[in-house]
This record gives sequence, C-alpha cells and structure tokens, in this order.
Amino acid sequence: MSSSKIDVRYVAKLARIALTDDEVATYGAQLENLLEHVAALEQLPVGDVAPTAQVIPARNVARDDVPQPSLARDVVLAGAPQSQGAYFRVPRIIAEAE
Amino acid sequence: MNGQTYEAVIGIECHVELRTETKMFCGCRNVFGAEPNTNVCPVCLGMPGALPVPNRVALEHTIRAGLAFAAEIPAYSKFDRKNYFYPDMPKDYQISQYDMPITSGGVVEYVLDDGTRKSCRLTRIHLEEDTGKSTHGGSSDGRIAGSAFSLVDFNRAGVPLMECVSEPDIRSAAEAVAFLEALKRTFVALGVSDVKMEEGSLRCDANVSIRPAGATEYGTKTEIKNMNSFRSVFRAIESEIARQEAILRDGGRIVQETRGWDEVTGTTHSMRSKEEAHDYRYFPDPDLTPIELTPAEIDRMRPRAEDLPQHMLAVLVAENVPVKRAHQIVDDAGLAAFYRSVAAKTKAPAATANFLLADPARLANESGTPVHEGLSERAAVELIQLVAAGTIGSKTLKAVLERVWGTGESPAEIVEREGLAQVSDRGAVEAYVRDVLAAQGKSVADYRAGKTNVLQFLKGQVMKTSGGKADPVLVEELLKESLSATP
Amino acid sequence: MRRTAASIARSVGRGEAGAAEITEEILALSERANPSVGAYLTITADLARAHARRVDERVAAGESLPLAGVPLAVKDNMCLTGTRTTCASKILADWTAPYTATAVQRLLDAGAIPIGKTNLDEFAMGSSCENSALGVTRNPWDLERVPGGSSGGSVAAVAAGMAAIATGSDTGGSIREPAAFCGVVGFKPTYGRISRYGLIAFASSLDQIGPISLTVEDSALAYDVMAGKDPFDATSVDLVADATAPALRDDLKGVRVGIVREFDLAGLDADVRACYEAAYKDLERLGAELVEVSLPTADYGVATYYLIAPAECSSNLARFDGVRYGLRVDGPDVGAMYEATRAAGFGPEVKRRILIGTHALSSGYYDAYYVRAQKARTLVAADFARAFEACDAIACPSAASAAFRFNAKSDPYSMYLMDYYTIPMSLAGLPALSVPCGYVQPPDASRPLPLGLQLTAPAFAERALLGIAHAYEAGTRHAAQMEPAGLAEVGA
Repeated sequence: MSSSKIDVRYVAKLARIALTDDEVATYGAQLENLLEHVAALEQLPVGDVAPTAQVIPARNVARDDVPQPSLARDVVLAGAPQSQGAYFRVPRIIAEAE
Repeated sequence: MNGQTYEAVIGIECHVELRTETKMFCGCRNVFGAEPNTNVCPVCLGMPGALPVPNRVALEHTIRAGLAFAAEIPAYSKFDRKNYFYPDMPKDYQISQYDMPITSGGVVEYVLDDGTRKSCRLTRIHLEEDTGKSTHGGSSDGRIAGSAFSLVDFNRAGVPLMECVSEPDIRSAAEAVAFLEALKRTFVALGVSDVKMEEGSLRCDANVSIRPAGATEYGTKTEIKNMNSFRSVFRAIESEIARQEAILRDGGRIVQETRGWDEVTGTTHSMRSKEEAHDYRYFPDPDLTPIELTPAEIDRMRPRAEDLPQHMLAVLVAENVPVKRAHQIVDDAGLAAFYRSVAAKTKAPAATANFLLADPARLANESGTPVHEGLSERAAVELIQLVAAGTIGSKTLKAVLERVWGTGESPAEIVEREGLAQVSDRGAVEAYVRDVLAAQGKSVADYRAGKTNVLQFLKGQVMKTSGGKADPVLVEELLKESLSATP
Repeated sequence: MRRTAASIARSVGRGEAGAAEITEEILALSERANPSVGAYLTITADLARAHARRVDERVAAGESLPLAGVPLAVKDNMCLTGTRTTCASKILADWTAPYTATAVQRLLDAGAIPIGKTNLDEFAMGSSCENSALGVTRNPWDLERVPGGSSGGSVAAVAAGMAAIATGSDTGGSIREPAAFCGVVGFKPTYGRISRYGLIAFASSLDQIGPISLTVEDSALAYDVMAGKDPFDATSVDLVADATAPALRDDLKGVRVGIVREFDLAGLDADVRACYEAAYKDLERLGAELVEVSLPTADYGVATYYLIAPAECSSNLARFDGVRYGLRVDGPDVGAMYEATRAAGFGPEVKRRILIGTHALSSGYYDAYYVRAQKARTLVAADFARAFEACDAIACPSAASAAFRFNAKSDPYSMYLMDYYTIPMSLAGLPALSVPCGYVQPPDASRPLPLGLQLTAPAFAERALLGIAHAYEAGTRHAAQMEPAGLAEVGA
C-alpha cells in the first residue's frame, strides 16, 4: 500500500460505470484523498493477526434440499426493463464470456 | 519440416451439474427442460435484498465425489465471489470457490479398451453455482457474432455445479475420453449427477499442448471449448494435436488462445477473445459461513469402496471379463447390481458377464425392459449353469430365454419338463454318428475324397437323427474324428 | 403529543382504540407534515388501511399482538411486497418489490401498520440523508438542518410523530447517528440477530436492521419481535434471543460503564462536551461505576471501514445492471447498456464507493487494502473484548456534534468522519444504541438541537444493553423535556 494513486478509468471499466472526463478528475482527487487517510493503516501492527473471516462465528449453515415456492413468471417479467415472450431481452453481447 | 516425435499433454476442466431437488442457494427446483423463467425466485434472479443459503445435499455430493477419487477434504473451506458482468449472471458475481475449495487433489483411474491402466491426477473439485442461459437473436445462425439481441432464461441460474480440474496428465484423445467416462461412471454410481452432455449436465473444456517426446517443459497450450459429446471431445483433441504438430513441424509457434470446436467442419477455430485477463476480484463471500468438517463428519460421507465403479471394474478385469464388457456392466447400475448377485451364485464372473451382455442385453434392447427386470436372478443363474454344464446349446438357450423373459419361470424346470436337454453323452452321440455314417456311405466317400463341406450335411443328419438334441459341438468333433479315422 | 408504540399497542390490545382510527390519524398527520419534513418517499395509505382492518379483526378475535396498531415506517432499502422500494436511488425509482423482508414481515405479523417507506441516503451510503436522489428530508427539530443518515427518513418520521416505530439499517452508524440528531432512540443489535433477508445490501458483513423509536421500551418491543434465526439468511444467528422488554431496569447499581480514553471529549465544541460530561455524571448518579477503558485501534476505524464497506458494496451493487429490473438506459450493446445505466442510475457518493471498493479488491491491491483492513478489524474487535473484561457497557458520544446545516460537509471525507464514534462497534459486530442525552444550541442555531449518548455492550448482550439504556432514560428523561420545534410548523 505505498501509493494513493488510483486508475479511475480502469476501475470504472471494471465496475461498468461510464464516467465523463470531469468525473474522472473529480472522483480521482476525492478517492486519492481518501486513500491518503487510509494509508494510516500501514502503521497498524497487523502482522500475525488473522483477517476477520466472519463477524459472528458460525459454521456449516446450510438448508435442506426441499423445494420452496418460486416466483410467478408474470411477476418476474413485470419488473423487467425489456422482455420478449418468456425471456429477458438485452442488447447484443459483443465479447465472449471468460 | 522436422521429423521430431511429439507427445500430447492434455488437461481437462469440466463442469458437472449436480442432481439435487433444488438449486445451490435457493429452493427453486433444479430440473431440466422447464418453461423459461418459471423456476426462479428473488435469490436466483439476484434481486435486491436476496441472500444465498447453501444446499446441504450439494455439499455432500461434492465431498463424496472427491472422496471417491481419494481427494483430500480440508477441515476448512469457503465460498468466494467471482466478480464479472454478463447478462446471464443474476448478481454479476458468481458464488464459487477460489483458494480453499471443498476438495483438493485426488486421482482418476481408468482402463483403456486394450487393458492398459492409466490415471490422471485431479487438481481439485469445487462447488459453484451455474449461470442462466442466453440465446441469441437477429443473426442467421443463432451465434453471438452478428446477433442483434439476446434472450435470457434464468431457470439454470443457481443450479449447483461441480468444477473438476485435472492435472495435465492425459496423453491422448482416447485417454481424455476414458478419463471423462471414468468421471461419469463414478458420478452416476454415487447419484451425484446424471452427467448428460446433451442436456448440459456435463460441460468440458480441454487444455491441449504438445512437446517433443521426452521433454519435461510444457509447450504453449490452447483451450478448446464447445465440445458437446464425448465423441466431439475425441475428435476435437485429435484435430488440435494434429494442428499443433503441423505448425511446429513447419517451424511455427503455437499461439496461446481459446479455440472453439466446430462439429460441422471438424476443426477448431480461434475464438474472438479479449486478450485482457479478467480481474475477478475474488473475496470471501460475507453472506455465507465457511465449511468446517471434522474427520468423523467426513468419514460418515465416505462412499464404501465396494460401491464405487472402480472397485467393481478392477474385480471384473481381474476375473478376465473383457474391459469393454466390464465397462458396460459397471455403467448400468441396475445391470451391475444384477450381475453382482448372479455372479455370486454362479461363481463364474466372465461367463456371467458374457452371458448377460449377449442375448439378455439384446432382448432388453428390443423389449425396452432392462435385463434385471426381464430376467429373474434365479433364471439367469440357471441358464448360465445349464450352458456351462453343456445341457443346452445356444439355440436352446435363446429359445428358453425368450420363454422365461418377463415371467418368473425356471429355465431348468422347462428344460427338464420338455426334455430340451441336449444329449452330451459321448457314447450316445457316437451311436448317432455311427448310424448316420453307416447310412450315408456316398457322403462319407465324398468327404474322404476331399469335399469337406459335406461335413455340414452329415452334421445336419446327425442332428435330425437325434431329434435335434445332440450337442452340436460334440457332434462335429466326433464326426471329424470318425471321418478322419482310417476305415 | 407523540404516542409511544407501547401505549398504542396497549390501547388497541385492550379495545380502547381501534387500529383503523389510529391509522387514519397518522396518515392525516403524515400527509400534512411530509411535504415539509420529507420523511416518506412513499406513503402506503391503502396498504396501511388494509393492515389496520386486519389487525382490528385479529384483536377482536382475541389474538394478542405485541405491536397491535403501531404505525410503522419502513426504510426504503427494505422490501415490502407491492410497494415501491427505491433505496432513494434513480436506479430503483420505479421498482416494486415482489417479496417482503423477514424483519418487516415479523413486525407486520405482530400487528404493526405500514404507513410508508422512508427516505435515506442512496443505498444507505451517507450520514446526512443528503445523498438521496429522490427527496429531501429535514430535521423536525430545525428544518434547515439534516436529520442525519443514512436512516434520515426513519428518524424524522418517528421524531415528527408520523410513525411510532421505524426500521432503520446501520452499517457504520446509520441508525445511531441520525437517532442522535433527531432526539430519538436508535438501536443496532449484534450482527446476525435480525435477518438481513430483504434488506437491500450495502456492506454484507456490517449491515444490520434495527428499530427506531421514541423510547427504549419501544425499541425493545420491536427488537423482540424482529430478532431470531431466519432460514433465508445464512448469517442470522441460531441463538435464542431472550426477550429484552421485560428486563428493562430503572437503576444502574452494580453496572460498570466504560469510558473510552481515546474518545477524549476535549476536541468537541464546549457545549457538546459539557452535555456528554453531564451524561457520564448522570450514569454515576444512577448507580453506575465509571471505569476508564482503552480502544487503541479506534482511530483506525474510519480508514478500516472505508475500505471494507465500499469493497463489499462494489460487489453487492453490481446486480444493478439494467437486465432484470430497475432502470435501463439502452445502448448499442449490452456493455454500453451497463455503463450508461449505472452512470445515470447511481449518484456521486454511490459511484465513489463502488470505485474505491473495486480498487481495493482489484488485483495487486487486494492484500494491501482489503485483507489489511480485515486484519485491522480483528484488532478492533479484540480491543472491545479486552475492554469488556473491565466493564459491562461502554458509553460515548453517538456523534461529535448536533445536526448540521444542509451542505455543511462538502468534502466527502469530512462526512465520513461523522461515523467516527459509531464505526468501531459496527466493525466488531456489537450491539449499540443511541439514546437522547440532552440539548445544545450552537450559535448558528435558532432552537435547541438534541444530542445522543451511545451505549454498546458485548456481542449478544442486548438484554443488558437495553436495560442500561432504559435506566439512563428513566433517570434523565431528556426526550420527554421537549418536542421538536418544527412540529407545529409542519402541522404534525
């Protein structure tokens, strides 16, 4: 954690948020300011400490393999920004998935 | 062009949909072929405020699958979020396992048709959720390229998935298929999955590279996708090995890329992929608790060795059942169980296997009734013993089999009652042979003069004289003896 | 005269008043006051009347309902079937929830009447309610000031008498700080006590639902109804939640209250400092023994929180992509659609947190930021564990000041510092609440503004915590001294 620099454009791409040039500059400055404050964490002696995996320890929480009611399709599609017949519809996908 | 010999180095990565009543993190039904977007809920649609709760049976299935291949089940494992955007991803992150999977290591053993024993190590089997399914519209061939829009069905989103990753221990396309069949065989036997590629419950990719024979460093590998059956896995890997060899022989270099198999043209083509590596930003999923198991809990889930197909295969092969037949038996759970109980009584494993896979299998195919339902255990045992004792020949066997198929009747009783037993007594058959030879002087002379095909006629005569009951094998043997003896 | 939930439930339960008539009064008051106070984004009048009718039927049939007829305000980041559920964001401005959050359902089953969905900082990110994209909420004590955040609408609704109980959510202080600003009780239980199913997630390992009310007793009643294991939330704890309402005490004899050395009051404004010093003295007067405790890592709380919370939120908010629900801004391809939708749908604070969170998780930064922050979190929890060896509860300010004016904090980081006192308890998952502890009137204020005392206890010690808070409240009666000055102005 040596730098308070953040590549806002790269991160915005990862997060799928379009930003204007002004926003890149403004957010960049604000977030670098935050990272400067965050740099204080470098002083904490965390060496041997385990990261908090869970706030309240519990293990193996699981559910039985028993069906529960699903949502009705008309309810599901009613909230869809765009649907076609029984499906959700989206604009064309350009790149292949991973 | 060089004359170098190359060896192929292959690793397989496959995704296996688990057989459970419900999805991985919600209670929607896990069933293939339902009407689109009918098995969905706030959780598997990634709606605001929804939370995942893991399916206990899916966890157990995966642990048992790992144990079946001698994988290690760690005391602690967890779920992680794999973050990326795609329209069939309801949350735009997939709940998966990154650095602490629920099983690690393991080895898959398999036998090739020629009896060669091989094995391939597993890196891991981990648990994750499946994505929804998209179809693409507005293009001529339904592919993504050239499409104008996509339609998404989330029925499959959230179905539990085992991701099985192998080490690159596989050395040929045939081995790759044998490896996959071994996986399938075990998963089906354990009841953890149907493993049907055509229904999408098994999807696999292959990593293929080649290197000079004897080299230790790996060559550049390509990832092959879009194989829809075991046969296309075979063809695709062979095609890719040949393609890479041709390039290297020509002095070229292999480009590391993803290639899609085209079933129609029988070739792989480079997939238009963005070369930027995905930054999945894995982190432990805070909505889920870790999986912590004691050795005792793990032991309770351990499959018994005798329930595993590897075990049965080894037993069959050791008892001289041909490898292909052994696979056929083991691959059919009902038949395998039936075989086991019958062979236990006949104490003749090879004969039992050969018998069950011949006429009874044919009848099962024709009638649509499985062998173990068409035949009672007792009937199978008796038929095998009757043949072994020489009491009936193949023709009678077929006839009696058809008689008892679907009934509970006893073949031994029928044979006895109807006098179907063939005559195998040497003396009795000799008597028939003598009678026929005596009556067929011309044929005998013909035979001795060189017309050996007369033998079949004479044989027929002996069978007729005996009312069809003489053991045809013995008849032929005695005829030949008598005919070659000097008069 | 604002009525408590306890008194309403008693009246309705005894048949002295009907849920229907109380509901009409509250709806009328809310319609009058909401244009100025802006507590509600949506007033669910038809739903309220339907529930009120049902409650009256159930009471008449002899059912005993702990919250019979109690008007309830639901923070608009909690799903309630059939209601617009927006998180105060353009990206969900027209989304109707198809299911109800477990905690909300339990309140409704107990007889509460859903009056409306309250305003908040967008996606619960903020400390003033100014980050709402859909409305402005004003502090009923001074309409020129913020109600606090993110549960600003919920606390304003209770402060203005537009509801007796409100649900809030608290991730780094979003129940406690606004409760302090609006002179009400705000309670965040131990992480895992109340189901998060149906609470639209901001930071999964920190979010908790909690009640907001006029009195400690009311919060105890609501908590008792909401708490308990939910099979739909794997992080909800499987521990029997002992009822807290019957255990409320009136004095603090034998109670050791820790005062945190690092939370030195010297840096606060003089009148604020005086108020807290008086509060500590009141604790002693009521019988408590004050002990000094130390939380050496408290100062690192804000930095730790502002790595962990954004990291988790960057993942939780990825689902808002225009595909299945909510706002869609079309594009020539799905990638462009994602980017345009999220650019148009999210406000600046939400974008900032998604960006910093994505950065903290990204390759090359994950260990230095996210993992390190999770280690710091372990240290914070350990500090509290050590402190609780010497005391039964810790007392400190809920916020460093009273409510500030709109636009007073233009720099994001200065707003983050409003959570200084409340973040450490969130990081450790501890139960904590704010209870009114007095008033100040800063030079630029025309009327008194409330302050809140924060009390926190060990994990799962809700019973003890609410008992101590009740004793303090009974022994000081600050909230009873006056009503918000704005009430007359807004017709409440």
